[in-house]
Amino acid sequence: MTLFLKYDFHLACRTILKEHLDALNISYTLGNLGELHIKGDLDESKKEALENSLKKYGIQFLDDQKSTFVERIKSAIDMMLRDENAKSVKVSTYLADKMNYSYSYLSNIFSESTFTSIENFVILRKVDFAKQLICKTDLTLTEIAFKLNYSSVAHLSGQFKKTTGLTPSTFLRIMKNKKDYAEEV
Amino acid sequence: MSTKLLNIALADDDEDDRFLFSEAIDEIDIRTKLSLFNHGQELMDYLNLPKVVLPNLIFLDLNMPIKNGMQCLTEIRKNPTLRDIAIAIYSTSSSEKDIEETFLNGANIYINKPNNFTKLQEVIEKVLQLNWQYHTSNLNRETFLYRI
Repeated sequence: MTLFLKYDFHLACRTILKEHLDALNISYTLGNLGELHIKGDLDESKKEALENSLKKYGIQFLDDQKSTFVERIKSAIDMMLRDENAKSVKVSTYLADKMNYSYSYLSNIFSESTFTSIENFVILRKVDFAKQLICKTDLTLTEIAFKLNYSSVAHLSGQFKKTTGLTPSTFLRIMKNKKDYAEEV
Repeated sequence: MSTKLLNIALADDDEDDRFLFSEAIDEIDIRTKLSLFNHGQELMDYLNLPKVVLPNLIFLDLNMPIKNGMQCLTEIRKNPTLRDIAIAIYSTSSSEKDIEETFLNGANIYINKPNNFTKLQEVIEKVLQLNWQYHTSNLNRETFLYRI
């Protein structure tokens, strides 16, 4: 028997954080984009215990200022792609607005530490999102194109092909065959 | 630029190809440490050493003596400690059958060996950037498939 699951990563993370912070008696509030505000100071042993217990969920503390900043830009991009209301907003406007810095500043920091530009990252992320929708839902390409704010199916297919080297239909065929193949072995 | 170091391995039986690859990778901005192997068995022996520092990304030629690229790929994907390493197939073959077969066996990236040095550099740079993104962002690894 196979059951199909839908996850809410955001809620899952919040629940995990709540359980572990409560277990250590830490009082806190959660901010946007992965900020955790702790009331007062946190002593080193508690911090270490928290870090260790969160590690297995793939939740890490970021201590390097620049990489923290880049991570926040990336979360903001993720939020934007999932936000139905942000469709008509330009990436540059959205990010500048959410992060409260000028876009050129954000864009410089991003390019300096990730080997790619914000624009390219957005494309990569969008295509990744499209891949998930292609594999995990019954949406047609037209519906996916609309959901991800492409002007047409042709635009989505073109960007998909340019980024991955595969057409969406080849990609889907490979993923299906891969699944069947894995079950056979 | 980021100071993190990417560990890369290349298995290719052609000496010239290994040389060109290491020349090309040296000229790219991303900091890398490259380990070279003459054939598949040499690579597998290395990966199975105790306490080895595993590569983040492996480039595999398909046609090699002793153990070919497809055999390495299958072995790596079956091994729980090696399973998560990103694998780029690096081959002269452009047959659709070969390409699909490598994807079915778990390859992440399929590269047709470029025929000039500049193109080679571009391709390696693109692969490193992609792998870097998968390494540092929460992109979905299950659908990590690219043809370059």
